[in-house]
Amino acid sequence: MAMPAVTDRTYLRVRADMPPGHVRTPAYLRGKTGWVERDLGVFPNPEDLAYRHKGRMIPLLRVRFAMKDVWGSAAERPDDTIDAEIYAHWLEPAEAPHAP
Amino acid sequence: MPHDHHPHRPDDDHALTYAQQMEIAVRELLIAKGVTTAAEITAQIAAMDARSPANGAAVVARAWTDRDFRAALLEDAAEASRAMGFDLGPLRLIAVENTAEVHNVIVCTLCSCYPRNLLGLPPDWYKSRAYRSRTVKEPRKVLSEFGLHLPEDVQVRVHDSTADMRYIVIPQRPAGTDGWSAKDLAALVTRDSMIGTAQAKAPPVL
Amino acid sequence: MGGLPAGVVPQDQHDFALWEKRVDALMVLGSGKGHFTVDGLRRVLEDMGADAFETMTYYERWIAAINQNLIEAGVYTTDELGRKMTEVAARGPTYGDACRD
Repeated sequence: MAMPAVTDRTYLRVRADMPPGHVRTPAYLRGKTGWVERDLGVFPNPEDLAYRHKGRMIPLLRVRFAMKDVWGSAAERPDDTIDAEIYAHWLEPAEAPHAP
Repeated sequence: MPHDHHPHRPDDDHALTYAQQMEIAVRELLIAKGVTTAAEITAQIAAMDARSPANGAAVVARAWTDRDFRAALLEDAAEASRAMGFDLGPLRLIAVENTAEVHNVIVCTLCSCYPRNLLGLPPDWYKSRAYRSRTVKEPRKVLSEFGLHLPEDVQVRVHDSTADMRYIVIPQRPAGTDGWSAKDLAALVTRDSMIGTAQAKAPPVL
Repeated sequence: MGGLPAGVVPQDQHDFALWEKRVDALMVLGSGKGHFTVDGLRRVLEDMGADAFETMTYYERWIAAINQNLIEAGVYTTDELGRKMTEVAARGPTYGDACRD
């Protein structure tokens, strides 16, 4: 599938919260900005399910991050990418993290 | 005589560990409480043993030889695999395709999510601290440890299996396999090539 | 653990033992029947802390997580488990001896 043109991308920032307990948002992506690769639909929130609560349905998005936006100058190759599934309550609107 | 009822296995003769003691106790309590039965547990083990990378290889080989199937697989990999007769349960599956420009590799940094319904149980290295820690930061170096040295102009896409999706890589079809049947092609598709730590095997030189 | 420094990826593979396959089956059956969720198991695994990853094997951690969730769900009690584990250990010194079937 073709990557969206840089100007068409919807950029989102992962919240940098560090609560204790079970979350499915990897720590290394918190505070990092990527763009929506695809919308996966709604899923029960694992943060509820982990504690035996009924999971509230939350949109799940695949977000693509450029290595340079995750690891900065330590990136092995700046334009390689990481995709991860992130629940919508962890995401907020953002500007492109680097000049396209 | 416990050994009369199941085949001799070397692990049966080691000193009982605390975890094994717990496993036997939990299993017997679940059977006593009517949660499950010994037959159901045996059937579940048999079902898991029957799943192997050969299932995924058949899916990949069909994608290499059937344009419509390839399109369906990229659209909804679980549905396309089910249509081939594989029991995926409620699995949600995404297929990602390697090309001359892009190489995909799968990891689960949070635990060890793996498309077990299609590929069987994951290899030990997939669950290792080293693979889970490093693949998202230095994938090329990790891949080189597997003997996979990617050209500079190929982009690496790492997929961190963080939530409800599972992933399978469609490796590139090896050169020199024009006209091959899907069955013969499937023999070239290894487990690691569907995780992304290897290419599909090259055809044997005659 | 994503992004943390770590050594070379180990390539050695072990064959799954019968008790490990049984743990796997109990995980699939217990979650399939609604007694716990995979997220509930992961929560316990994470609460074990980083040390557990080094000191326990994969299925040692999983049986502990399954047991914790089953007790939380009220399927059986800690007292029942303790008595059953003692009974199991009394059957003999090896896994083969301690299995009733």
